Amino acid sequence: MEAFLDAFAAALGLIASGDRDLIRIILLSLKVSLSAVCIAALIGIPLGGLIALSRFPGRQALIVMFNALMGLPPVVVGLMVYVVLSRSGPFGVLNLLFTPTAMIIAQVILVLPIIVSLTRQTLHSLWLEYRETLQSVAATPAQCLAAVLWDGRFMLITAVLVGFGRAIAEVGAVMIVGGNIDNVTRVMTTAIALEASKGDLALALGLGFILLMISMALNIIAHGLTAFGEPESRS
Amino acid sequence: MKTFPTSDPAIPSPEPGILPLELIGAGLIRDGKRVLKDLNCRIEDGAGGQIADRPAKTFIIGPNGAGKTLFLKLCHGLIQPDEGEVRWHGPAANDGARIKQRQAMVFQRPVLLRRTAWENINFVLKIRGVARAERADRCADLLQQTGLGRHASTQARALSFGEQQRLALARALALDPEILFLDEPTASLDPASAHLVEDLIDQAVASGMKIVMSSHDLGQAKRLADEVIFIHRGRIKERAAAPTFCNRPENDLARDFLEGKLLWWRRRSVYEDGEEQCC
Repeated sequence: MEAFLDAFAAALGLIASGDRDLIRIILLSLKVSLSAVCIAALIGIPLGGLIALSRFPGRQALIVMFNALMGLPPVVVGLMVYVVLSRSGPFGVLNLLFTPTAMIIAQVILVLPIIVSLTRQTLHSLWLEYRETLQSVAATPAQCLAAVLWDGRFMLITAVLVGFGRAIAEVGAVMIVGGNIDNVTRVMTTAIALEASKGDLALALGLGFILLMISMALNIIAHGLTAFGEPESRS
Repeated sequence: MKTFPTSDPAIPSPEPGILPLELIGAGLIRDGKRVLKDLNCRIEDGAGGQIADRPAKTFIIGPNGAGKTLFLKLCHGLIQPDEGEVRWHGPAANDGARIKQRQAMVFQRPVLLRRTAWENINFVLKIRGVARAERADRCADLLQQTGLGRHASTQARALSFGEQQRLALARALALDPEILFLDEPTASLDPASAHLVEDLIDQAVASGMKIVMSSHDLGQAKRLADEVIFIHRGRIKERAAAPTFCNRPENDLARDFLEGKLLWWRRRSVYEDGEEQCC
């Protein structure tokens, strides 16, 4: 217990002193995960909107597929991206393996189904509710889409935050495609795994503490946005 | 403050109208059952209630499940008939976009955007291409007129049910429609709110709007209606001037309905009607 308390005190010391290694790892983690989430949101929100508001052959299959992919195991994604980006793989010539770009690609694959599915669900519910009203006021399809996107914006931001939470906390895929190389591809989760295996609990706990704070902050923001977007009627 | 455009039936509207509306053998089939059957009626321009034989307020009366809401949605174009047709005969009847723009509907359960009361009205004005400066004035006027002036910046969904219904009406009136469909707009409202809605309806009629409104409130029909269309199990059973219908209905079912004797087994919902199987 004493060793644990010592490690915890050392972790707080690292955070308080603004340890350079710690800061570098945090910044790389944020860069990789924020990039992945932005790319996934740029693809996922329009795609989710399209699936929610339109009817086309194979739509149901697409919905089932994206729902299933929400639970995609990160290690499997890492392995797939590894195979594709390895020297003998189809994109080996790009030399992306063991770079932050490879980590971003893996996280986009992990986050995209979450954003697509949550966007579709949100916009579909809104569309069912608004459809007759919007048709009644003779809104064009573009005006309908704009109205639904705007009114669902808080829930869409929540979907993006959920995706970010998944990305920042993920370890399996980034470990495989990033290689956990110091100063190059070491992020919070891979650093925690490494330092814990080495017995350096101070750095591992410090990073874990910051990861927990990020996770809690995301939950608080998501809860606040949901509450703000859904005021209660007075009667 | 001026929200509703004043109209004189002697002065023709500068915009070509879409009325009269005619239902020709219109019917609707849902789950293999005819829920609306052989509807034939013509709905004329109300002329601001100034001409005796041109009813400005047509009430669709009938028990729950009779098909009143479907009738309104069919007229409004939200659903298409499976049999017969719904045809507009006015000068602008060949302009599909104009037909959509010259009508509005208020639903029994108001569906409001997740925005403030002001933004809900502004939204429809923007859709209609009204200039920003004019939009602000009209939003303020309509909110004032519907008693929601102090709620302009309140989230619409945070309003009480009665206020939400008034806001939905204000939003429909903002479109300045030639014909306004109202689906039991005062159901679930307290008497004061219902009275306010009735006043707004009268003002809309005075401005030249035609009102087609469903209700099963006979007292309201007596107070407001110019004519009544009585629907039972998806069919029009009687159409008459309101005083005639209320005092001397010709149809047995209408008489039973007025006397509160329309029994459950004669009042089956259009969806439960097993005798009218189709296909």
